[in-house]
Amino acid sequence: MLVPISWLREYVDIDVPVEWLAERLTVAGLEVAHIKYIGLPQREVPGVQMPRSDHLVWDRDKLLLGRIVEVKAHPRADRLVLAMVDYGAAELEQCVTGATNLIGYKDQGEINPPIWSAFAMEGATVWDGHSEKPKRITLKGKELRGIYNKSMVCSEKELGISDEHEGVIVMDHDDNYVPGAPLADALGDVVLDIEFTPNLARCFSMIGVAREAAALLDVEMRYPSFDFLAEGEPIVGQVDIDIREPELNPRFTLTLLRDTEVKPSPFWLQHRLKLIGQRPRNNIVDVTNYLTFELGTPLHAFDYDKLVERAGGAPTIITRLPEQGETLETLDDIVRDLGAETILVADTAGALSLGGVIGGGETEISESTRNVLLEAAAWNNIGIRKTIKEQRVYTEASARFSRGVHPSQPVLGCQRGIELMRRLGGGTVAAGVLDRYPLPPESVTVDLPIQRVNRLLGMEVTLETAADVLRRLEFAVALEGDVIRATAPDHRLDISSDQVVGQADLLEEIARIIGYDKIPNSIMADEMPPQWENTSVIIEERIRDILVAQGLYEVISYRFTSRESETMLVPTGAASSLPEGDYVEIANPAASERDVLRKTLLINMLESAVSNARYQTSQQLFEAGKVYLQRRDQLPEEPLHLGILLTGPRHDSWWQDSDAAAAMDFYDLKGVIESLLAGLHIDGYRYQRGSHSSFHPGRSADLYLGRECIGSFGELHPEVAARFKLADAKVVCAELQVAPLIQHHQRLHAIPSLPTTPAVLEDIALVVSADRTAGEVEAVIRQAGGRLLKDVRLFDVYTGDQIPPGKKSLAYSLTYQDENRTLTDKNAAKIRKKIIGAARHRLQAELRA
Amino acid sequence: MSNSIDQVRDEALQSLEKTADSETLTGWRGKYLGRRGAVAKLFGEIGALPQSERAAFGRQVNALQSELNTAFERREALIQSHALALDLEEGEIDITLPAHPRRRGGLHPSTRTHREFQAIWADMGFHVYRSREVEEDELNFTLLNLPPHHPARDMQDTFYTTDPNVLLRTHTSPGQIRAMRDLGAGGSKPIRVILPGMCYRQEQITARSEIQFTQVEGLAIGRNIRMSDLKGAIAEFAKRMYHPTAKVRFRASYFPFTEPSMEVDVECFLCGGAGCRVCKYSGWLEIAGSGMVHPTVLRNGGYDPSEWSGFAFGMGPERITMLKHGIQDIRYFWSNDLRFLQQF
Ligand SMILES: [Zn+2]
Repeated sequence: MLVPISWLREYVDIDVPVEWLAERLTVAGLEVAHIKYIGLPQREVPGVQMPRSDHLVWDRDKLLLGRIVEVKAHPRADRLVLAMVDYGAAELEQCVTGATNLIGYKDQGEINPPIWSAFAMEGATVWDGHSEKPKRITLKGKELRGIYNKSMVCSEKELGISDEHEGVIVMDHDDNYVPGAPLADALGDVVLDIEFTPNLARCFSMIGVAREAAALLDVEMRYPSFDFLAEGEPIVGQVDIDIREPELNPRFTLTLLRDTEVKPSPFWLQHRLKLIGQRPRNNIVDVTNYLTFELGTPLHAFDYDKLVERAGGAPTIITRLPEQGETLETLDDIVRDLGAETILVADTAGALSLGGVIGGGETEISESTRNVLLEAAAWNNIGIRKTIKEQRVYTEASARFSRGVHPSQPVLGCQRGIELMRRLGGGTVAAGVLDRYPLPPESVTVDLPIQRVNRLLGMEVTLETAADVLRRLEFAVALEGDVIRATAPDHRLDISSDQVVGQADLLEEIARIIGYDKIPNSIMADEMPPQWENTSVIIEERIRDILVAQGLYEVISYRFTSRESETMLVPTGAASSLPEGDYVEIANPAASERDVLRKTLLINMLESAVSNARYQTSQQLFEAGKVYLQRRDQLPEEPLHLGILLTGPRHDSWWQDSDAAAAMDFYDLKGVIESLLAGLHIDGYRYQRGSHSSFHPGRSADLYLGRECIGSFGELHPEVAARFKLADAKVVCAELQVAPLIQHHQRLHAIPSLPTTPAVLEDIALVVSADRTAGEVEAVIRQAGGRLLKDVRLFDVYTGDQIPPGKKSLAYSLTYQDENRTLTDKNAAKIRKKIIGAARHRLQAELRA
Repeated sequence: MSNSIDQVRDEALQSLEKTADSETLTGWRGKYLGRRGAVAKLFGEIGALPQSERAAFGRQVNALQSELNTAFERREALIQSHALALDLEEGEIDITLPAHPRRRGGLHPSTRTHREFQAIWADMGFHVYRSREVEEDELNFTLLNLPPHHPARDMQDTFYTTDPNVLLRTHTSPGQIRAMRDLGAGGSKPIRVILPGMCYRQEQITARSEIQFTQVEGLAIGRNIRMSDLKGAIAEFAKRMYHPTAKVRFRASYFPFTEPSMEVDVECFLCGGAGCRVCKYSGWLEIAGSGMVHPTVLRNGGYDPSEWSGFAFGMGPERITMLKHGIQDIRYFWSNDLRFLQQF
């Protein structure tokens, strides 16, 4: 909300720099998002940082209050006139101007009362009124159609007040104005743009902000008068009220003004509305808007005669829920179907307006309105929120009622509003306020022991200080021993009658007004909770570290995907290997391709690979993130999965080794996985031929820990790769469950003593049938080699001329070692013999010559 | 015969002078000092001498052998030092040629920031407590003092699932209720946890806003947790996370689940508080929302709010990472673009 300081000063004296006030308001929770300066200089305040403002500062000697006493015709131009300005000098200054709002005074003689406007002398700097972009100009004398001109009367645009450039500023006459006084003293202003959190409904008005400022600055609050001159017939009998849903409409009040004139508002009112971004319309509507902003109580004005016409006599205003199929055309020219929860203001002939939200077109104020019925009511904020949601209509009224306006307030608006209307448009006000108040809220009193304040704040606050703060905020305060008994003022709905909650509400007020900077910093002295080791967090992070150490980059993907995307992972005709069960589906997705939560990381890994492929030939990625599996009658399961993807050359090309390196394949990925398992000290894992349908059936594996398959890895199925346009590059992927890794990791693993005896190394090559797997052969070697065989390393796989068809040669480097003694050649030969024997017997292997 | 000893000596020493590298030197040693070399030959001649001359001749040959050995060692040292000097002088490479490309790998920037958070809060006794992301409406809102139609629900645009009571959590705060119920033993034990994780909001994806983002929430519950403790803990965090002398400002704000509620600003670490584009010339950067746990939330977690109190705070690791690295676009975080990830 825009808050002009000039307006705020009506209710509270502000003797501090505006910048300092803005800082205090911000720290107290009324965040000043922006400060707009009109003519006045920005001030440097120690300890307050503000963006430098590039506004026009009005020169106090050259931008002056001027009195236009006469407007003469320009001898050579029809569209230009000569405004004769009294700016305090001995002679009148003649300004050539094309202002549309002065043309009408041409050759009318002396203007009485004179027009007060903004006068710029030669040498004054103003904004260029004709420039689209902000551009400063300094006035210099020159001929304008044969008349020498060196000064001007200014438009709002030229002064930086608004974008208005049709006419010059025309102010109301004020007895205090002196020609030649600095313009800055009359129209200079600072406008704060304040953002309110939902709890600050009470502040959503000039008076609301002023109350906060008064409490913060510890000065008196000056309320406007709510008295009204009512010389007409009593309102009772001229109109009646029938509230049918007190829960939704706890109060409804009316005042009536007869024989008034609808016309443009005076300058002061138009100017204030413009300062806060509202468009002036006419004096009646402007007053309803003005009070919406001044007091925070939105008002609504009806054309009384139209109500009489509809009712065929004295109207009865009814507030009620809509009937089936009822519609209403609102002020914004929309015919609205009224849902069951929209509270209406109606009469006996039908709906008139959406209560607290927007008026209807038929009974609105028009040029010809003579008699005005003014409504001020209280509406249940949740009811208003439902209406807003249903009707998708946002107005200044609904913004306030949806946050909550205390039912004590509307009557004040009704009184002050009708008085302002009478003063601006004339007429006679009917005696009294018609006030129906079926559901007044109970007043809230909270007992707050001062010890509780001190204990929760961690600071000594005296009883007197705390009581004083609450009084400044208009609480009624009584002291009973160490207890503050505080009764909330009747503009507040945010203090709870639940004593513990109410105490917190008061505590916040005390801390906020004293200032959070006054509360010391302390170190928690409270009992330390039990400490525990968070294994799953530690292991998760270790998994990330192990993978990063191998040159992989961690990615984090959108959790959203679509069924169609995940279907791309399943080759035609194959059964899906994705987790069973339905997706978690989003009712209001951001986009149709993001309408479910993922069940697999593979899709994210592949999409990442595709988008990176434009820039990188080699990619090594992993993600440790949740997947979401729908369960019956329970919230979904959210297990953590680990996805890994490798693609591209094994080594980056380099000048000493310029041959293109081979592409990473199944075995690279297997290496990453085994390093991970080794890093977690998991042994006893095994592989089975891959069963996951997204992978190439011959070039993939399932990983087992114990009896449990914890995931699959391998080369992407060619059909899947083709769908992702990855067919050219070999892509290997893994998806593993993380929970079994955490479960099987060895927290404590023994480190044997390092052997001091020498090892014996030797190589053997075994020729076996080509369909034997390396795993089988190694298992036989290890079993036969026994305790002294420390390491088995396959270093060559050969098929070709030198061995028979259907066979292959596997060459191993074997390490024998005994920790207790030095092995002799004889010992080694014995082990070797055993190994060869077992290989012959169990694998039908031959020793390769 | 001493003639031939002298002859061998002269010849050997002369040819030794001509050896220039370890290869010719080895050849020289074979020729003179080897098993069949000249000195060995002289020793072989001893037997042919009359008994009376043998001892003297033997001594002379011994002397020659040791003299040649010494000369050899000296020469060997000389050649080695020459070779070393030559290598140092001429074996120079172009050190500006490109390095062999190693593959470094890296953590996601959000993970890095989360680890920093976790380490700092762990030192103050806060454990990581993980909570679920697909959450009940009741935990995400109602139990946090945000009943249906509460105005503050507008502050958060929510992704709902097709089950209207189930949504994607809009903040990590529902974890507060779960942690209290899980660890509080019916409201009888103190708690200090941080709740990290992914949260979701139904927003337009722009350079400044995302539909998913991570948060870290902190929660301390005890019989004597004070607002000054919250200030002290956050100030400590700011010192370690940003700058040892980082100033912190607390500003009144509103969160339904805390009261009093405060925003936490830290002195802009980019301009030192003097005002810059990033801090919008205010000198402050907003880093956290915080407050004392609302009595209603304590009750919903099983604690008696007249006996127990607590504080809570929430921070956005992506925002802090963006500030620290001058990242202009939040969309980089989940784009998985290696050009971005490789820069951390
Ligand atoms: Zn800055």
